[in-house]
Amino acid sequence: MTTVTTPQPRPEPPAPRGTGDPFLSVRDLRVRFATEDGEVRAVDGLSFDLERGRTLGIVGESGSGKSVTNLAVLGLHDPRGTTVSGRVTLDGQELLGAPRKRLEKLRGAKMSMIFQDSLTALSPYYTVGRQIAEPYRKHTGASRHRARQRAVEMLGRVGIPQPQRRVDDFPHQFSGGMRQRAMIALALVCDPQLLIADEPTTALDVTVQAQILDLLKDLQRQTGTSIVFVTHDLGVVADVCDDVLVMYAGRCVETGTVRDILKTPEHPYSWGLLSSIPRLKAPVDVPLRPIPGSPPSLLDPPPGCPFHPRCAFRDEVAGDRCATERPQLLLTGARGSACHLDGDRKRAIFADRIRPALGRRPEAASPAAAGPEGPDADRTAEPEADRTVADEPAAEPEADQGEGNR
Amino acid sequence: MSGIAMTKAAPAGEPLLEAAGLAKHFPVLDGFLFKRRVGAVQAVDGVDFTVHAGESLGLVGESGCGKSTTGRLVTRLLEPTAGRLTYRGQDITHATRKQLAPVRTEIQMIFQDPYASLNPRRTVGEIVSGPLEIQGLLTPGARERRTRELLEIVGLNPEHYNRFPHEFSGGQRQRVGVARALSLEPKLIVADEPVSALDVSIQAQVVNLLQRLQREMGIAFLFIAHDLAVVRHFSQRVAVMYLGRIIEIGDRDAIYEHPRHPYTHALLSAVPEADPDDDGRERIRLAGDVPSPLNPPSGCRFRTRCWKAQDKCATDEPPLVRLDGDAEGHLTACHFPQEPTVADRGHDVVLDPALAALEGTEPPREPA
Amino acid sequence: MLRFLVRRVLAAVVILVLISAVTYVLFFALPIDPAQLSCGKSCTPQNIALIHRNLGLDKPVPVQWWDYVSGVFTGRHLPLGNCPAPCLGLSFTNDTPIWSTLMDRFPTTLSLGVGGAAIFLTVGVGLGLLSAWRQGRLTDRIASAVSLLGQSVQIYFIGPLAIFLFADRLGWLDAGHDPDWSSDPVGSLSGVILPCLVMSVIFWSNYSRQTRSLMIEQLSEEHVRTARAKGMGSAYVFFRYALRGAMGPIITIFGIDLGSILGGTVITESTFGLHGLGQLAVSAVLGTDLPMEMGVMLFGATAIVAFNILIDACYAFIDPRIRL
Repeated sequence: MTTVTTPQPRPEPPAPRGTGDPFLSVRDLRVRFATEDGEVRAVDGLSFDLERGRTLGIVGESGSGKSVTNLAVLGLHDPRGTTVSGRVTLDGQELLGAPRKRLEKLRGAKMSMIFQDSLTALSPYYTVGRQIAEPYRKHTGASRHRARQRAVEMLGRVGIPQPQRRVDDFPHQFSGGMRQRAMIALALVCDPQLLIADEPTTALDVTVQAQILDLLKDLQRQTGTSIVFVTHDLGVVADVCDDVLVMYAGRCVETGTVRDILKTPEHPYSWGLLSSIPRLKAPVDVPLRPIPGSPPSLLDPPPGCPFHPRCAFRDEVAGDRCATERPQLLLTGARGSACHLDGDRKRAIFADRIRPALGRRPEAASPAAAGPEGPDADRTAEPEADRTVADEPAAEPEADQGEGNR
Repeated sequence: MSGIAMTKAAPAGEPLLEAAGLAKHFPVLDGFLFKRRVGAVQAVDGVDFTVHAGESLGLVGESGCGKSTTGRLVTRLLEPTAGRLTYRGQDITHATRKQLAPVRTEIQMIFQDPYASLNPRRTVGEIVSGPLEIQGLLTPGARERRTRELLEIVGLNPEHYNRFPHEFSGGQRQRVGVARALSLEPKLIVADEPVSALDVSIQAQVVNLLQRLQREMGIAFLFIAHDLAVVRHFSQRVAVMYLGRIIEIGDRDAIYEHPRHPYTHALLSAVPEADPDDDGRERIRLAGDVPSPLNPPSGCRFRTRCWKAQDKCATDEPPLVRLDGDAEGHLTACHFPQEPTVADRGHDVVLDPALAALEGTEPPREPA
Repeated sequence: MLRFLVRRVLAAVVILVLISAVTYVLFFALPIDPAQLSCGKSCTPQNIALIHRNLGLDKPVPVQWWDYVSGVFTGRHLPLGNCPAPCLGLSFTNDTPIWSTLMDRFPTTLSLGVGGAAIFLTVGVGLGLLSAWRQGRLTDRIASAVSLLGQSVQIYFIGPLAIFLFADRLGWLDAGHDPDWSSDPVGSLSGVILPCLVMSVIFWSNYSRQTRSLMIEQLSEEHVRTARAKGMGSAYVFFRYALRGAMGPIITIFGIDLGSILGGTVITESTFGLHGLGQLAVSAVLGTDLPMEMGVMLFGATAIVAFNILIDACYAFIDPRIRL
């Protein structure tokens, strides 16, 4: 990986799916914490792949295990009281159980992380420049002077004005958005091939969030970094991710491309998430449809499907299987969901009952055209067509056709 | 819904609360041995708005815009530095505690943090019946009946009367806060970021609850939030604040479909939508963060981040007025307003230097 | 920084003036008549009046206090003798200037205080760091036990024990004598080592426990996690990031402990038979030498206030968020 310093206006989009081996591969990851009240199963058998140059969004609410997963990938869990099992391979190298020294060589160099709250994630005691230069010196052996130059260069790249001067500032002298930019500069200083961004824009204002998201996307185009993007915001997912993994109670309940998850989700929890967020383009007279209840305790997760106590569709599964038998994540290619409802039933429920209430409007410019009937009538046919062709690439032309219809 | 709640509701549409030139400056003290005033954080600096009975007015803006301070001024948790605050024709700008007492029962507040705003040592029943007790209303027996009724209204089990806040989840705690606010049958509820601390799936539960209360009990809301989609969903009218001023106000359709102020455009453009087909919107990326309210820019406060700013913007402060072609009640404070549409018009506005460099575009300067 | 120092010194002067006023009132305006005390049992009213005049006690209390305070800066000519510039009065017992006695005794106390503090900071913070580094393991438990030992003993108990063991029995260390740094530095050092060690023991446990919990807290801070996430080694993260964060609070605790250190030296001095300020204060109280009591008290207060300013300056040096 080398730094491309010349601006590339609109580089090629990342390689299409299915080419090459996964760059990051997680298999049956389990993370457990021993607490006074018992064992918390924060991550319970999670598997996913991430290819080079792509962005995987991990979506979930607090306590779903999304942040814990990433700390496990980087090996940042405190070994006392934490049990991590499974396999995590980065570019063919096994990370779980790797010697500490080897992990330290990888962290910050080949894989790095951006945290949510840049005020607490940067040390208040050292200048921004020093904190950025430190890993560069360690991983590249650069001189103090060269590392400082690199810090200035990185600050400039992420859009800090007067980087030559600001490099000697302390984090508290930066505004929130600037600090998050400095955090990005710190994460990218050694040109990592894997970037884990844990809710990097949650603490920011919306206009600053838009700047930072675009910055991450533009930098990714330039460097080809793979990104794991953790968020609870489906809007952010739609904006930056190629693939999505929906987590609930430490498990993956659904995975697929961003289009799969946001356009034709198959898991009742994903439906619930989509139905509960208000949107700028949805009609306002349609009430939100929240998920009843609250997320389960990970100390004592419900038997069977962890979502079943909140699920409105468990009655549609024969024999109360939802409460007794844990649904497996069934994958067709990279698409799948963990739910006992069979495929046709899921698609029918989404098309008939969930999507009409989402109130999606096809075109923003002409609200008058967006009567409740027209677009929805069009769209109910979509998933059926979608499902006649099973694998991913075929889904794309279908969507294009959908746009052509409008 | 309880019968008594309905009887006191004011007729819809009548102005309930009026703010005129409302301002709050927090002094900044410094000095050698003796503290003296060296400046002021102009948290709110002259805002005008009216909340009508039964309506919801949304207040949006980014951090430091003064929306929360405005909420605290309205509930008179803070005393205004300047301006006038009228509640049903009564001037409460500088009203004393005693004068405020009857008004306080009619204006209630819901806070952002359901963890911090409930006393952990009191049961939910005590918390919800607290305002009734303080006001000396009802007999103890009637208070408890009323409290159980309130718990039921907000969707909590009345049997949980004797439980403590820590036994509830975040969403349930926010419901307790709502029940407490309802206990005195308020006419106006100031909700300061009521859902932003909650998980996505829980947010909708609370939004729906508040919406039901507004409709069924005719309670007016001043709904303060940074989430533009939530505000749009909840409020009939919306005011956009920037650095202590209202820069645009109007009904929902005016603000979200036909905004005129460049900042409103930038805000709307920045909201990520959970729809991969959601293009067709204009793309505006501002540079930098909001300036400090300690020393706000002269003239139009947005001019330092605005792509249409000219010399006039630095010298003349734009008045909040109705522009040609705008709907009734749609007021904008801008010398060089945008076209009234949020649709993409063929070119992005990218002011951020890093983005401009990476995307190979120069920050554009539109002619006025 | 200069602005901060000037401000703090001015504030300190105000505090000291207040302390002097309060102590003056306590010592000289209360029912005990110093003249009665210094005159003894067979005293005629004439004698008492004479002493009053000699001591300046016939004037109103505020005027007496003003004379006393201005004497600190200008010196005074008292009826009993001359009292040069930093004049804190003359001793009732031997009519010598208080200041010179203080200066005579101060090196002992300072040596004990500084030496003891150096030892307990090193040992206490060191044990705490060790515990935090090996958190939950055997080393942690042993370190905690050692520090706990310090908490459960008293100076007047381990003092004689240490003298018996290390000085009398093993002969490793000097049983303690007053230092004279200018003429005999080596002998001075060996003279204060044992007292310093004994005094430091009672402080160990507090510092090791505080350091341990501060370090564990710091190690779970997000900025420390960031340092690990960027690949810095464990020892680097531990010392450069976590310890850096823990230093401020440790120094704050040290500032609060200054008074206790002075108290510790008092007990240590009497245990080891050293002649420092503590011992001076004790004998002044026993001999009702009011000017001496007052002098020791003011001097101690000034020292503590001065050290506190120094500590605040250190704090600002450690934490860039604190602007002076």
